[in-house]
Formats: sequence, C-alpha cells, structure tokens
Amino acid sequence: MASKLTRSNRAGWLMASPGIALIAAFIILPFFLAFTFSLTNQRLASPNPTKYVGFENYRDLLGLAYFTLEPERDDAGAVVRSADGDIKYPRLRNFTRNNPDYPNLQGKREWFSWQSGENRKVVLASDVVFMKALVNTITFVVVVAPVQAGLALILALLINQKLRGISLFRAVYFMPVVVSIVVVSLLWRFIYSPGDGLLNNLLSALTFGAFTPQDWLGNPSTALGSIIAMSIWQGVGFHMVIWLSGLQTISPTLYEAAQIEGSSKWQTFRYVTWPGLRNTAILILIVITMQAFALFAQIEVMTQGGPLDSTQVLVFQAFERGYGKQDISGGSTISVILFIIVLSVSLLQRWLTREKK
Amino acid sequence: MMAAVSADNRGLRLATRYAVLLLVAIIFVFPLLFMAMSSLKPDQQLLSDTDSLRAFLPVGDISFNNYFAAFERAPIGVFVFNSVLVTGITVVLTILVCSLAGFAFVFLDWTGRGVVFSILLATLIIPYETIFIPLLLMASQLPWIGTEGIEIGWLNTYRVQIIPFIADGLSIFLFVQFFKDLPRELIEASRVEGASWWFIYRRVVMPLSGPVIATAAILKFLFMYNQYLWPLMVVQAEEIRPVMVGLGYFTDQLNVPWGEVMAYLTIITIPVLAFYLSLQRVFIASVASTGVKG
Repeated sequence: MASKLTRSNRAGWLMASPGIALIAAFIILPFFLAFTFSLTNQRLASPNPTKYVGFENYRDLLGLAYFTLEPERDDAGAVVRSADGDIKYPRLRNFTRNNPDYPNLQGKREWFSWQSGENRKVVLASDVVFMKALVNTITFVVVVAPVQAGLALILALLINQKLRGISLFRAVYFMPVVVSIVVVSLLWRFIYSPGDGLLNNLLSALTFGAFTPQDWLGNPSTALGSIIAMSIWQGVGFHMVIWLSGLQTISPTLYEAAQIEGSSKWQTFRYVTWPGLRNTAILILIVITMQAFALFAQIEVMTQGGPLDSTQVLVFQAFERGYGKQDISGGSTISVILFIIVLSVSLLQRWLTREKK
Repeated sequence: MMAAVSADNRGLRLATRYAVLLLVAIIFVFPLLFMAMSSLKPDQQLLSDTDSLRAFLPVGDISFNNYFAAFERAPIGVFVFNSVLVTGITVVLTILVCSLAGFAFVFLDWTGRGVVFSILLATLIIPYETIFIPLLLMASQLPWIGTEGIEIGWLNTYRVQIIPFIADGLSIFLFVQFFKDLPRELIEASRVEGASWWFIYRRVVMPLSGPVIATAAILKFLFMYNQYLWPLMVVQAEEIRPVMVGLGYFTDQLNVPWGEVMAYLTIITIPVLAFYLSLQRVFIASVASTGVKG
C-alpha cells in the first residue's frame, strides 16, 4: 500500500532533477574535465587547437632526479678548492642543459642538496616551485590537523562547563569562524608587520624587551608558521562546536557512575569522555584535513607564495597557472594531484580509524 | 571552619575558571577589536598606537574620516549590493532546489534513486578548489540566452557567481537527514486524501522544516558571502564585484592606507558579526549539524 502511494517516477525525477542537473553540470562535469584537461595542452583562450599530450603535464610537475656531483679534480687527481678551502664542483647546468649523457636531467633544476664526503648529492626537480608547494601544503596539513583538532577539543571541554555566562564565551570563541578568511588574513598581515608591528610589540612587552622583533611574513623560516598559527586561530571555533555536540551526546549517567567510582578528572576523560568521542574525532580529522588542503586565501592575501617560495601551496599554484598564466591544463593537473592526495588521505584515515572487530 | 575553607576554595577555583575563559576570549577578540578601533584613527596614530593598549581603545584623534575616504576610493555601495544580491539569490535558490531534491530522495520512490543518491554522496569528497580551474574554462565558453539572442561566455556576470553554487551535496544531504525523521504517516495520509506531491512539499513538509532551512541557509550564506577564489577569477568588471574582491582597491596601493583598509574591513564584517551574534545559537547549531554526517 505504502509503496504504491509513494511510487512516482515522474514526480520523483521532476523534483530531484534541478538539483541533480546543477550538480552534474557544475561539480561532476568539471571534475571529469580536470582529468581530461590534464592530459592536453588546453589553454583558456588559444588560436591553436588543443592537443592530447599524454602524461606530459604530470611529468613536468612531478619529475625528479637524483644526482651526485663529484668535485673538480686537477691533473694530478687532487680535489680543486677555492681560496676559502671550499670544494669546487662543476656547474650543475653542464648536466641539465642539452647534455646527451644525462637525458634524465634535461631541464631540471636543483631542489635541494647535501654534502656527503667529498661529493655533493643533489635532488633535482622538473618544477621546483611545485615541489615546494607540495611539501608546504603537506606540512600545513600535518601541523594544522592535529593541533587544531586538539585545541578545539580543549576549548570544547572548557566551554562544556556549567557556568553562568558560558554561552557568551562560546559565542566569542566561535566569532572568527563567521569572519571572512580574507578579512582575517589582511588583519593578521598587519598584526605580523615587521619591526613595530602589533605582535612584535606585544611579545616585547610580555618579555620586558627581551624579544627581538621578527619579520614574521618576510622571513622564509617563520612565514609558513605564522600562516599556520593564524589559520588555527580562525578555524578552531568551527571544530570546537563539532566536538561540543559530540560531548553532549555522552550520557550524564556515565559521568555520575565515574564520580561514584571516585575516578579522577583524567580518568573520567580517558575512560568516559574520549571513548564517547570516537566518531566525532574521526569526522573532525577528516573535515580539518580536507579544509587544510584547500588553503588559498591566506597565501593570496598575505604572502603571494613568498618569501623564496616558502609559502607556496597547491591551490595557489593551480590558481597562478590556470588563471594567472591561463594555462588550464597545468592548473587542472595540479587540481587532479590535489584531489588524489585528498582522496588517499581520507581513505587512509577511514581505514586507520575503522572499527576493529 | 572547614566549610569556610572549602567555600573559599570554590570561590578561587571559580575565579580561575573565569580567568582562563576570559584570557581565551581576549585571544579571539583582540584582532577584531583592533580592526574596529583602528578604523577610527588617522594612519599615523594607528601605526604609533600599536606599542600600547591604546591600539584597542577609541582614544586620540577619533573620527569617521577613514570611512569617508574609503567610500571615495572605491564604490563600496556597489560591492556591498553585489555581495548581498549574489548571496541572497543563491541562498533562496539553494533552499528551493535542494529541499525539492531532498524531498524526492526521502518520500518518493523512483527508478535510479539509490544510484543517484550514492553519486551525490560521492561528490561530497570533491573540494571546490579542485574543480575551479576547469569550471573557469567552462564559464568562459558557456552559452546564455540574453536580451540580444544567444551570447557566449559567463565571465563578468552575476550568473557565474550564482548558478554553480545553487546545488551541492551537503545541502541536499542536510534536507535528506531532516526529512527522514519526519513521520511518514503524515505524508501517506495526505496522499490518501489525494494531495499532489507539490502540495505535500509546500504545505505539509516545508512548514515543518524551519530548523533545517535555517541550517542550510546559514551555511550557504557564510560560504557565499566569504567566497574569494572564484570571484577573483571570474569577475573583473567593477560593477559586479563582490566585497571580498573589492579589497584589491585598498591593498593594491603602493602605500597601503591602513586606516581605510580597517574601515572597509569593519564595514564588510560588522553586519555579518551582528547577524551572527543575534542568531548565535542557530549559527552554532548549524555548524554542529554538519558534524552529524559520517
């Protein structure tokens, strides 16, 4: 009876079709187009017809080579040293530019190197900027995901107390979430100003002048860290709220039981609260990871990827190529690589946190 | 004696708790407070005030001059209008389209429903950031029927800022979750009485759906109003620029006029914050409900 009443092909498709059509056209289609474009030389506007190029775009981004530079030797076979005593090496350029003996190094540039005895080991990349973007993005995610999830949990526990006026505090902690990340980034760009900036002055005051002012965003060793700290500041309230709703599903009788058993605060957290938060924890980790991989506005507003590419990230690179250089295929290739990473990481997280039988 | 000590203790512990809460609150508020206060100060004072607590107080040479200057530098009214228009239309259409789809998934039985729903769930894993580049190419070549017949290209239009964001997996999913918990007998009874599906949707189900409408609307509002990457790519024309992209008028200067920047940031942030603070319970519940999935 019921099934006959609800059976309606025409009405069903009719009502669902606007949503389905829009998602198909503006999410699913571009998703597959990204894969297609990544195998071509598609540009935003070009007089020449688009060509299929196979995996060339991927090779141009992901190509790596490893090379050992041996010192220059004089006729007697002794290592040539400069006046300061530094070992002299042949120029890397000799190997990477049209050297028929080293076809695998063709066009690559030095990414990083280290000393090993007399030799210098060099890792070369087809696209050093992309490699830096890849490493920075992963660094960002690896730091932000656990730190932000942890801080959000601490805040949620703090806000879950029964105190007068607690909802006011909750509202304040959540506030940065509703403020645009663009606004937040610009504000923090000012706060991070070198020399007489707000943060520098604050830290000097707190340490009674012992603190040396930093050029937070201008120094390659602090730039990414500064952006990480700001991103956590902005996003932590979002996950605090999700933790909080997880906390509120834990039955109060469990806490009462723990209290009767005389368990300490830590024991209560360890054996009552934490097990009750399992599913929330998995969800939060996946959500933060996905959000963190999409990092863009902070970079665009604060550093444009600099200084010295120390804050290059994948979405910014995709934007720079796809939009800035109108290289749709290059931007699409980065998008596909990003998607594959996001997918693998979330599948991995699901597998690691699966119910153990 | 004992009671007095423990009461003292309790007072002290309570004070500590509030102190911790307050300290954390200061960390979250200080940049926003700084923004609002700085917007009232001339550039020179704004910069010199950063070495003391004056940075957070409305002291010194206070005026609205930065606001006047900001309005002179950029067509702020136009930007705000565009953002409100784009965000408003998208939110309304999202509610309509996604609730209809959710309704069809939950209450109607049609061929392909299961498969389509699985595909829909799978799209949740696709971040917008990974489809924007191909979408940019699509937007440059899509046709549209305009006043002068068929025109090609969606760049620099309102529609390019609206149409791609009307339907999304999460919004439909929120409606599906909510509709599932409604009593099915209600719908079946209306069916027996001969009500049409459209009538049931409009007169039976939607009036009961206030909470989920609020949730979907708030999430879409935050997403749309704060969008940056997409409008940066597809909107160059000044007349249709949204507020976030309008920031370029201030930051692309050789010497950034920080007072005006703070005024502009305050203009585009305070309405959202006021909206949030007046409905904060609903806002927070909305975000928390995204945690229900999975």
